[in-house]
Amino acid sequence: MTALVDRPVASHIPLSLDHLDHLEAEAIHIFREVAGEFERPVVLFSGGKDSVVMLHLAVKAFAPAAPPFALLHVDTGHNFPEVLDYRDETVARLGLRLVVANVQDYIDDGRLRERPDGTRNPLQTVPLLDAIEADKFDAVFGGGRRDEEKARAKERVFSLRDAFGAWDPRRQRPELWDLYNGRHAPGEHVRVFPLSNWTELDVWRYIERERIVLPDLYYAHEREVFSRDGMWLTAGEWGGPKAHETVETRTVRYRTVGDMSCTGAVESDARSTADVIIELAASRLTERGATRADDRMSEAAMEDRKKQGYF
Amino acid sequence: MSVAHSAPDSDLEPGAPRHDLLRLATAGSVDDGKSTLVGRLLHDTKSVLADQLAAVERVSRDRGLDTTDLALLTDGLRAEREQGITIDVAYRYFSTATRSYVLADTPGHVQYTRNMVTGASTAELALILIDARHGVVEQTRRHLAVTGLLGVRHVALAVNKMDLVDWDQRTFDRHVAEFVSLASGFGVVDVQAVPLSALFGDNVVDRSTRASWYAGPTLLEYLESVPVGTDPAEQPLRMPVQYVIRPQSAEHRDYRGYAGRLASGVVHVGDEVVVLPAGSRTRVVGIDRSATPGEPGRPDEHDVAFAPQSVVLRLADQLDVSRGDLIASVEHQPQVVQEIVGTLAVLSDRPLRARDRVLVRVGTRNVRGLVADLVDELDITTLRRGPAPASLPLNAIGRVRVRLAEPVPLDDYADLRRTGAFLLVDEADGTTLAAGMAELAPLPSAMAGEPEF
Repeated sequence: MTALVDRPVASHIPLSLDHLDHLEAEAIHIFREVAGEFERPVVLFSGGKDSVVMLHLAVKAFAPAAPPFALLHVDTGHNFPEVLDYRDETVARLGLRLVVANVQDYIDDGRLRERPDGTRNPLQTVPLLDAIEADKFDAVFGGGRRDEEKARAKERVFSLRDAFGAWDPRRQRPELWDLYNGRHAPGEHVRVFPLSNWTELDVWRYIERERIVLPDLYYAHEREVFSRDGMWLTAGEWGGPKAHETVETRTVRYRTVGDMSCTGAVESDARSTADVIIELAASRLTERGATRADDRMSEAAMEDRKKQGYF
Repeated sequence: MSVAHSAPDSDLEPGAPRHDLLRLATAGSVDDGKSTLVGRLLHDTKSVLADQLAAVERVSRDRGLDTTDLALLTDGLRAEREQGITIDVAYRYFSTATRSYVLADTPGHVQYTRNMVTGASTAELALILIDARHGVVEQTRRHLAVTGLLGVRHVALAVNKMDLVDWDQRTFDRHVAEFVSLASGFGVVDVQAVPLSALFGDNVVDRSTRASWYAGPTLLEYLESVPVGTDPAEQPLRMPVQYVIRPQSAEHRDYRGYAGRLASGVVHVGDEVVVLPAGSRTRVVGIDRSATPGEPGRPDEHDVAFAPQSVVLRLADQLDVSRGDLIASVEHQPQVVQEIVGTLAVLSDRPLRARDRVLVRVGTRNVRGLVADLVDELDITTLRRGPAPASLPLNAIGRVRVRLAEPVPLDDYADLRRTGAFLLVDEADGTTLAAGMAELAPLPSAMAGEPEF
């Protein structure tokens, strides 16, 4: 077959996309594939920037209808209050259903025990899997990006999880062209990562281009913090600081938001998205290296948690 | 119509060259220095941040190395080291002022074909390594066969370890001549060869001072200059329907739109299109795509859309259109077939045999199929298509005929990659069995009667 032009297009018009257009078109395609192939998809939504960008793309993918998905948040009980407010406002504005799984409930009734280091990120896995099972979610959108970390570099867009939520590297299916294979057995589910091919800088450039509003703590602000393991942690009810740790006021911002006990702030004067992009372009540290104590614990920290069913 | 807003098509404004995206896949044999080259590309494009580099320096010291081993930047997972397995493809990202790059890094071990087919399926460029001391080897043929089969348009040949042959121009020229001749046999014509040393960084990002005889681009210069994408205006419209959007809200009571990503071509409001496999013709009355910053939930109307955009099309007539259908150009339609002939790469441990019942995935459509027969098997070494095999094992490449329970629209893969590609899937456990590339040219086959189901 000879491919010919259906209708001439003025030759001065370049029919090409820039790299953010490409990433956006790919992510929207992924959302629609899941809507078409699964019964009960859910979007993990924490109010963190990656999940905010995911939700923005989901809204675009189905406009003018609402996205055909519920939202799910695993609340560690140590989340930043301003992020929880942001989460609730967003859910109300979009009129979507939010399911919250509380780590605190599990600690209160003894199903989970507090860790000696006070870090609650690793405790999210059980409430997450329980929520997936209780609501019979068969596809779970996560904001994970392959550039984040080396265990994620090999993650599929459609990542098959067994009945225990576990990621078995040997069972992952080869992913070819844009033909995603989401078939799974009852009880299994598929994690879907529409931002797989985005980098941290892409996310911020997209936030700027789309004028996406984020929780304020992503931008420079004054905050009472103390230093631990070379990171600035927020002083607060979750347990810090210890006696020998001095609280001081610093101008900081967050590059990631998660559990307050292990998410560090970075000193920054970036008060706008444009400032953040300039700062990141010059940054010498990855976002996880700079701000996530839990990923520093061991060389294979993320790999281990993924196998157990983590995000 | 409730969607009244019309946005300026910012995608269509002429002006400064845009920051675009190039997808490439690597291919190398064991010990070609591929990991070092990828590490070098990441390092010299300043894509490696201080904490990643510090980790690599620490491990290098622990292993008693004098220099930092950049190959460690792409080191595998602990599970792979412990279990001696390799997960097929790892993705790396780097960018320059001109371009963002998505690099599919495919390990060169046992499951080579499966890995490279996966990486190459979305790549526009294959980066193939050879060791300057050894030149073209058996694996190189396999790399070129996959490159040609998958229709990867451009090839960068990295002749690595030039330092170990004293930057000898005649050695380089000899390897390149052999490679180019072999490549043309696989239908691969666009080759740029670069003499380099990944270990020392010569001609990867920075120009080498050791090869004054070489006037061509460094590897990165070539990656920066290679044209990306296909001009959508040169291909016919194809859009597999993914989802039907019906808000059924007060504001959008009668809205009905067909969501999909253009696999190829261009569509304008007013164009006549055909919906396949039914064959019904209609006209496009609206192209919607949210493009206003801050208003993701409001679709803006556009006059034109082109591949690979994700859009929503509204059609003039009330037709029965649903997921799995294909919206296509009327003038240049795909064939609607009930039997696929195509070349397969087997991706699963389970060998493929005649009479296997499978699910066939084409575009957004899943249909039941029956492997009618295995036509031949490609011998990578001789390039010959051998006689019909009893089965096609993992990593084999061969031609098959698959009968389908219902008709599907299909293109020839060589013409249109997205709508000529298909998967065979195990209906019972969902395993992806094989990746296929359709060939529409009729085989001299005894077109057996009814499909046997």
